[in-house]
Amino acid sequence: MDSNQAKQHNLLGSEAASERTLYPYVTGSSVVAIKYKDGILMAADMGGSYGSTLRYKSVERVKPIGKHSILGASGEISDFQEILRSLDELILYDNMWDDGNSLGPKEVHSYLTRMMYNRRNKFNPLWNSLILGGVKNGQKYLGMVSMIGVNFEDNHVATGFGNHLARPILRDEWHENLSFEDGVKLLEKCMRVLLYRDRSAVNKLQIAKITEEGVTISQPYALKTFWGFAAFENPTVGAEGSW
Amino acid sequence: MFRNQYDTDVTTWSPAGRLFQVEYAMEAVKQGSAAIGLRSKTHVVLACVNKANSELSSHQKKIFKVDDHIGVAIAGLTADGRVLSRYMRSECINHSFTYESPLPVGRLVVQLANKAQVCTQRSWKRPFGVGLLLGGLDESGAHLYYNCPSGNYFEYQAFAIGSRSQAAKTYLERRFENFKDSSREDLIRDALIATRETLQGEKLRSSICTISVLGVGEPFHILDQETVQQLIDTFELVGEEEGPTAEPDADAGEGVAAEQGDVPEQSGAADQGAAPMDI
Repeated sequence: MDSNQAKQHNLLGSEAASERTLYPYVTGSSVVAIKYKDGILMAADMGGSYGSTLRYKSVERVKPIGKHSILGASGEISDFQEILRSLDELILYDNMWDDGNSLGPKEVHSYLTRMMYNRRNKFNPLWNSLILGGVKNGQKYLGMVSMIGVNFEDNHVATGFGNHLARPILRDEWHENLSFEDGVKLLEKCMRVLLYRDRSAVNKLQIAKITEEGVTISQPYALKTFWGFAAFENPTVGAEGSW
Repeated sequence: MFRNQYDTDVTTWSPAGRLFQVEYAMEAVKQGSAAIGLRSKTHVVLACVNKANSELSSHQKKIFKVDDHIGVAIAGLTADGRVLSRYMRSECINHSFTYESPLPVGRLVVQLANKAQVCTQRSWKRPFGVGLLLGGLDESGAHLYYNCPSGNYFEYQAFAIGSRSQAAKTYLERRFENFKDSSREDLIRDALIATRETLQGEKLRSSICTISVLGVGEPFHILDQETVQQLIDTFELVGEEEGPTAEPDADAGEGVAAEQGDVPEQSGAADQGAAPMDI
């Protein structure tokens, strides 16, 4: 009788447990990017959180892709690494044609959209929000793809908390033809707000720049912060016993 | 070419190192009706002769749109050409969907050539019996390629394939140096005259030829019969003077050819204002 039951169970389908992404494990925080006079500027901190633990503090979350693009990701770090591997293969085959044509930022962005959307349709998403920026033939391009395949282009984009904290600043203060220095200042302003207000942010960031000439990713550095507010001194003065 | 004991299989080499089946396939291209292509820096014009079998039937389609920025003219086994056009359209549309940008012509040409090569190295296949003139636009400008049944491909400033294509090639050889900077109208005119050359005296009418244009800011499209007839009428006035006298003088020296060249240019310039290019 037992074996009969087992046989019926088999008829119902595959024995393997469902394998699909349920939740992320090691995650990166926001990425913020803007178009400026010569190209794109993209900033991301170097934190990899394991839940609420700020576990890894030297994670590079912005990487160059081919000759014309840079990719920044927030969300699951292992999925980002997988995406980098896929794109590496893509760029490799593109280079192997050896014919003077090369994949520009628009093409890479479109490819990523297809990849993210197809995974989402299989209920096995790559748990990332991606920002793809680049310059090709003088044309600047900045786009975003989410883990469900939503994609769009804009003059300034951000992922995660960046959308809530950084974008309002950018909407007010971004303008066409920002100089490099002004662009960096603007990004640092956004990253500072994120550092103060986003629990998963760490004070170690990199800013990447891409222009027609090429890619530069800065060395990691920290932002100056100010904590000397009166309210932070003797915080429990009005409420004895609290902390 | 004569029959020999090495020509049954495409996978059999001859002692002289030839694959006769592939060469026979190229013969099939030479038997097809003519197809002509020319390009400037910004435009590509494809033209072909379409002779219907009888007055009752329509003529075969020999020019195909592959994408907004690529078109192809074929000569030889048109059925093979149709199948390859379908493959090319598929490749272009898949690329557009994935990368949201047009497939570079050079890559399509190589993919097509690789596909043709496969058929020269399988005992259960035969080579495609069609030659393809691919015209396309990419970042580096306008391009014209010729794809052979052998799997070879070449880039051209101007070329003609099919029966009596030599007459067109002779004409194009005289004029090709100017094509790079030709205007769109001049390019079309040269295509029509080259087409007329392949007809060997028969009157050029829009019912027996097809012209297609593609260029910067102008997606690939086939000109309709009326427009083509208007163009022919405009150019014929000029052409009648140049055509019969230019051919025998071509060998006589550049001075004569230059003289002949001047006459059409003058009246051509005058006519260009008058011809309504409502395309």
